[in-house]
Amino acid sequence: MTNELKKFNKLVTLEEALHYIQDGCTLMYGGFGGVGNPPTLINGIIEKDRKELILIGNDAGFPKIGIGKVVSQGRAKRLIASHIGSNPVAGQLMVEGKLDVEFSPQGTLAERIRAGGVGLAGILTDIGIGSMVEEGKEKVELNGKTYLIETALTADVAIIHAKKSDYFGNLIYDTSARNTNPLVAMAGKITIAEVEEIVPLGSLSPEEIVTPGVFVDLIVESKGVDWRWAWE
Amino acid sequence: MGMGIDIRNLMAKRAAEEIKDGMIVNLGIGIPSLVANHIPNDCKVMFHSENGILGMGKSPEKGLEDPMLCNAAGLPVTITKGASYFDSATAFGIVRSGYIDLTILGGLQVSERGDLSNWIVPGKRIPGIGGAMELAKKAKKVIIVMKHVDKNGESKIRQKCSFPLTAKACVNLVITDMAVIEITKTGLLLKEVFNPYTPEDVIENTEAKLLLPNEHIKVIEC
Repeated sequence: MTNELKKFNKLVTLEEALHYIQDGCTLMYGGFGGVGNPPTLINGIIEKDRKELILIGNDAGFPKIGIGKVVSQGRAKRLIASHIGSNPVAGQLMVEGKLDVEFSPQGTLAERIRAGGVGLAGILTDIGIGSMVEEGKEKVELNGKTYLIETALTADVAIIHAKKSDYFGNLIYDTSARNTNPLVAMAGKITIAEVEEIVPLGSLSPEEIVTPGVFVDLIVESKGVDWRWAWE
Repeated sequence: MGMGIDIRNLMAKRAAEEIKDGMIVNLGIGIPSLVANHIPNDCKVMFHSENGILGMGKSPEKGLEDPMLCNAAGLPVTITKGASYFDSATAFGIVRSGYIDLTILGGLQVSERGDLSNWIVPGKRIPGIGGAMELAKKAKKVIIVMKHVDKNGESKIRQKCSFPLTAKACVNLVITDMAVIEITKTGLLLKEVFNPYTPEDVIENTEAKLLLPNEHIKVIEC
């Protein structure tokens, strides 16, 4: 599908973008505790009744916030995350055997996603040695120390949120809503960026761009956050 | 967690005394997040947040929240002068490379060797690992703030952790609602007790063996 995509004007409608997210696909999402999850794409996934998804992202959001909406509606069969504590429904589904959860330490998960995005097969880390995290994983000795091999993660589709982009998909982010978004942006076979403001080529300073547009396949204009935050 | 705000704040206040000028500090969720309220104004620290902030400030005034600017618990925060934003890989690069001088975390169990369990109660509570493994293993100093006993009255300070470990031999100091206990090479040293508890009360409620210091055990007034 990639060759159908336009290289210098990647703006598409929500409808067109959602065509790339199908039942059963591996879907990676940017965001941390709902902040930086792409709200318009998430609502679109729900409206299109997508299910059986394999989700990869930092956490399970909150039950009615961010990716948490997809998780608590039972639309995922598997989740790779560092944390589900803010979404009790995710814990419930896991205990009932309806959601398979693989926990990865947060920093390890970030590096596994980054590795996938930058063409590496995995990373070596000493985090998780002596804990449940090491179970079933290969270890290597390097310079007299033991490391776990943690495999890289990629996805059929990556969905992210950004504050601003140009039509090539160069991205800048919004304060702490950056979080995992630049990493996830690199790890999708198709990366869809939901953006608050889209500006002409040349309007962004090359110095301020965080994600080079080459990693982005599609841009969707954001309709903004429509959930109530947990603290409201 | 069944504790009044007063004792929670008292524990946070005691933990805040461990924060020194110039430190890079990461605070966990729950009581640890209260610690920032107890730091003297002339003590300059940079608070690190796993979601990509160094230089996190106080909670914003009501109505002035920026929904995109939050801490690792998803609560709105502000930033201080000199703050920076970065992605999660960099956030944990800072942790793994040892730039966190002090982390203050919650805990389920701490062993007499300083092992920490704080991410799963098998079959019951499964919050997940989050950033706890990296922080516990790589921060220069790890303080655990938790209740002394669990809901069933069982000691959370144990000879061995019965729950899956977060990291081995990582804890330096434990602050509970009863006492302040240091993990030393020779064992657990009871340093301070919170009034009205006596050292005997603490020993009675601790499954692991406690060493008593040569000097007087300080009593922290409530």
